[in-house]
Parts: sequence; C-alpha cells; structure tokens
Amino acid sequence: MSGSAPIIASTHPNDGLLRADRFPHILCPGCGIGTVIHCYVDAMAASGLALSDHACVSGIGCSGRAAGYVNVDSYHTTHGRALPFALGIAVYKPGMRVTVISGDGDLAAIGGNHLIHAARRNVDLTVICINNFNYGMTGGQAGPTSPRGSVASTAPEGVHDRPFVLPDLVRAAGASMVSRWTVLHVRQLRDAILRGMQKRGFCFIEALSPCPTNFGRANDLGDGMAEMEVYRERCELADGTPGYDALDIDLTDHTRPILVGDFLDIERTPYQPVGEHTA
Amino acid sequence: MTAQAAGQERVLTGTHFMLGDHACAEGALAAGLDFFGGYPITPSTEIAERLARRLPRVGGKFVQMEDELGSAVAIIGASAAGARSFTATSGPGFSLMMESIGLAAMMEIPIVIVDVQRASPSTGLPTMVGQSDALQARWGSHGDYGVAAYSPASPQECFDLTLLAFDVADRYRIPVLLMMDEVVAHMTERVVIPAADAIQRGQRPRPDHAPGATRHLPYAVGDTLVPPMAHAGEGYCVHMTGLTHDERGYPALNEATHNQLVNRLVDKVRLNAGEIERYEEYALEDAETVVVAFGCTSRSAREAVKRGRAAGRKCGLLRLVSLWPFPEARLRGLLERGRVQRFLVPEVNLGQMRREVERLTQLPVLRLNHAGGAMPTPEDILAVIP
Repeated sequence: MSGSAPIIASTHPNDGLLRADRFPHILCPGCGIGTVIHCYVDAMAASGLALSDHACVSGIGCSGRAAGYVNVDSYHTTHGRALPFALGIAVYKPGMRVTVISGDGDLAAIGGNHLIHAARRNVDLTVICINNFNYGMTGGQAGPTSPRGSVASTAPEGVHDRPFVLPDLVRAAGASMVSRWTVLHVRQLRDAILRGMQKRGFCFIEALSPCPTNFGRANDLGDGMAEMEVYRERCELADGTPGYDALDIDLTDHTRPILVGDFLDIERTPYQPVGEHTA
Repeated sequence: MTAQAAGQERVLTGTHFMLGDHACAEGALAAGLDFFGGYPITPSTEIAERLARRLPRVGGKFVQMEDELGSAVAIIGASAAGARSFTATSGPGFSLMMESIGLAAMMEIPIVIVDVQRASPSTGLPTMVGQSDALQARWGSHGDYGVAAYSPASPQECFDLTLLAFDVADRYRIPVLLMMDEVVAHMTERVVIPAADAIQRGQRPRPDHAPGATRHLPYAVGDTLVPPMAHAGEGYCVHMTGLTHDERGYPALNEATHNQLVNRLVDKVRLNAGEIERYEEYALEDAETVVVAFGCTSRSAREAVKRGRAAGRKCGLLRLVSLWPFPEARLRGLLERGRVQRFLVPEVNLGQMRREVERLTQLPVLRLNHAGGAMPTPEDILAVIP
C-alpha cells in the first residue's frame, strides 16, 4: 500500500488463510472476486479441517488469480484446464477437499467439455464459478454467459448468441449440488461453499459478480455498488429447480427477476475411479 | 504364473512374449505408476486397455478422460499430489497435449507422455507407422523449455525406457516423452521383466525440512538447478503457476525473472544431457558411413549395416535411444576421429532428425525417407550405403 491510505488494522482474522504477502491484489475496485475469495476462506475455516486438507485450483483470467491468494496448496493452471488438474489431485488424494475457483469463460467456454464431464462423473470437487458475464482480464470480450443484447468489445452491436445457463447445464450433466448466489449474498455463498466442501461429489456454485471496469461500463450498469443494487432489487429466491428459461439472465430488463438459491442438493454416488483402494 | 495371469502382481517378473504397447504398460506399472489418465487412440490404445485391467488391481487409479487436453492436465494434477502418472496417445492426441507439456515444464511437475507415432499429419494413416512427431516432441509447445524423449526399438525397450522415463521425469522435474512408433508398439517379442527388488527408482528431489518449520520456497534451487518438490496435501502450502514466477511460486511478471527461469528450465536438461541421453553404437570403430537411426527404422538399419560389413563396406550404426537430448557430444567425437566420410539418416518422416546431424557436420548427410505407412527395409538402406 502506498502513501496516504490510513491503516485501520495491521492484521485481519483471515490473514493465516490468505497469502497476505501478495497484497495488494490485482483486482479492480468494485469487482466481486475478492468477496468470493473471502467466502471461500471463511468456509475453509468453518470446515474444521487443516489447511493441508484443502487445495485450490484455478484456470486463467481474473477469477483464475484466486488460487494465488489463498494459503493452501494452490495451482494456477492453463486456460480451461482447472477441472482436470483438480480431478488428478482429488482422485489421487481422495481425502483432500479440492476447490476450483475460476471464471465463466474459463470453465464454460474453453473448459466447457471438462465441466460437463466432471459433473457427469460426479467428481468430488467444489467448483465456484465466478460469473461476471465477460472476459474481464483481457478487456471485456463476450463470453459464453454474456446475456443476449449485452455489449462487449467483440460484440459491439450486442451479443446475439444464446448464453449458457450454468446451473441448468451442470444439473443436467449430473452434478450432486447446484447453487447460484451473487457476491451480495455473502452468507449464503459461504454456506453453499461449506456444504460443497462437506459433500462428496460434484458441487457447483455460480457466483454472480460485478465487473465494473469492463462489463459494467460497456453496459451502463454503473460502478460495482450499482450492480450490487441490481442484485439486491432483482434477485429472488427460486422455488425448487428452475430450468433454463427461468434462470436465464437479462441485466437490462428490470422487470425480470434474477433467480438465486440452492437449486439441487441430492445424494449421488461420487466418482470412484476404477482403481480405488479397496484394502 | 497363475497370479501373474490374473494380473495382481505390480511387477510381472519373468520372461514374456509381449506386445510393445503392453510392455510399455508393464514398464509403467513396474515404475510404480499410481495414476493413468488417457483417451483411447490408435495405435496406443492397447496401453490404456492393459492398464484398465491391471492398474486397479495393484491399487492405482485408471481414469478415461474426455479428451487428450484433459488427460495431459489430469496427470499433471495427480503428479502435483505426488503420483507417478502418465498418459499414452498418438499424433492427433499428442498435438492436443502440447499446451500441457509447457505447463508441466513451467510448473516443473514430472509427467510421462507416450506418443505411439502413426503416419501423419492430421488423421493420416491411423493404423500405420510414422516417425514424424520427432521434432514436435522437442519443440511442440510454445516457448523454450527442456524435455527428454526416448525412442524404443523393441518391446523390451518399451519396458526399459518407460521405467527410465519415469526416473528422468522425477529426477529433473520435466516432461519426458516416450516416442514409440506403430511398428514397435504392435510388435510381439521376448520381454524380460526383472525382479521387483532389482528395479531402482529415481526419486524426486524433496524438501529437507518439515512443513511449517521454515517457509518452503517451491522454486528455490541449489547447484542441481532442480528445486525440491512438495506435494499437495503435505502441508507446505505451495503455489504453482504457469505464469513466470519467483522462487516463492508467485507471479513475477518481469523480464529478468523470466529470463532466469526459462534459462534454468532449459539448462536442467542441457547441462545434464550426459546423464539423460542414451544411444547405442554398432560397428562404428572404423566406419566411414555412419547410419543414424531410431525406433523401428534402426532395426532395418542394424541389419543393413551387418550385411554391408559382410560385403566389406565400412559402415556402422549410431542408434538414437534418446532423440532429445540428441547425443551431440558423441557425434562430435565420431567426427573428431576423422574416419567418417558421410552420414545416412533413414527415417519415417521427411528428414526431421537429419536436421540435427546436418547441424553438426559439413560432411554429406544422405537421406532415406518415407512419409509414413511403410518403413525402410534393410535392402532399402543397404542400397544407399556405398
């Protein structure tokens, strides 16, 4: 930290869970990724497990930097490949609680095949997909979750493609647990992550997050706080397991709710790859 | 033999009549394979099929991945957690694995990748022989990095070099590539597997302090240039990234750190080439024509040299057991003796390893190439030897 910013406290209760020597972080003012990291380390503390029982794996992008800030065995892999990397750890060391934190573009576009197959297999992972509706780190290009009509640097006239609705996609592929919250819902988000850590199987949590620097600016959503206001005004707790159309997001249509909630939490046999030690 | 037939022994000690692909799988098991992640592709599939049956029965994990992108990364993840892990593929899958060879090199996570080469490019001739991935093995991923690559010429070597590949990967924390070819992979020959306690395993350098005692720096190196490796779950709280990183493993996005890191990744192999490289010599003492060959082609070359010698031609064979590092010092040594008049490099590609020989000599380097689908016969090679 430079210059004039007043130091309110020299330590933070989560310092031991974070790589404090890496601060200041790279994230923009108003970005929600820091909130997700906070929820993750809070869940990790609540899990009651030693730090050595946790591992965090990320892909590429702003969200992909998450692994670099948490003080557990952490791996910042290549674009789209966080899930198979995490599978390798989780299968070889089934006692570990492996969490993937990555973005919508990383997990659903270039890593989309790994996503549906990890869900299909019900690999014992907790996946936190930070969805900020665009590729933030590289300057706001359209991604697989960009809502129709939203403006991006590679969609100057607005996105024409239909987006993935990730909770619906992952549920259909066979996941055990599926939730969607926003970075406004810190307690629900933390609790969902903790349940994912405690559950055996593929647990997917979509965390909607502002990207004021790119998506927010291009689409007149205001600063990070303004997008949080949108979440506060429009989020509704979903009843049951909503499908694609109900979960689809249009940030410009103020009459449509953004459905959040814990959509699925069922018992399914977790992945037991051939070769599980039976002795 | 009953227990062996049931496949419950990790090391199938004894003498076998065995397929090259199966010998590779047995070599991996004997090396202590913990994790296989792969995607079926001809002509490597018998490796996966053998391991699907064998690996679970000895306590390892077999995962059939969704594609080769995932396969290569899954074995890196498992290796990060301490597993001896590998995958097997062929040209099209090898191409998909290139990005992860760079990741493994950059994170310094040991992996072994088998490429059973078929006639390429693209889908090519899926069931027929090729040796045209030789340069891809060295240069295929973007950027500068170090790898080792071995090319077996027999099912026995498929076993032996798979063992070696794991050891070299672990000792130097590099990707090691086993460049088989379809002929050797689908050849059945005698394979002798030693007793389990006769197999020496190379070890990864490991931290010499307990977790938490002092801060572990994942990329702090001494004279060996190879940093000690801590695994996921051991309490060292490592961070690893494909970004340019400092000794803490943290991103350090500046040219000085990058230059130092990439040079070390290359130097790990370059400066240890004498330990990593392998070659075999046959009738080279007074040879005027040196045939340089590898894999299936070296079998024809050996027979051609044998017949050439019987006919009074001064020829010999330098067989490349390691393609990378290329046995450069040995070739220079041959040149210094002054007897060599010419080289001949027969290969099932259009001159990939010939470039390495041409790089080192002003002497004529004769060629005998086929694009794939067929390999040169001893007669073909003998016809080119003066």
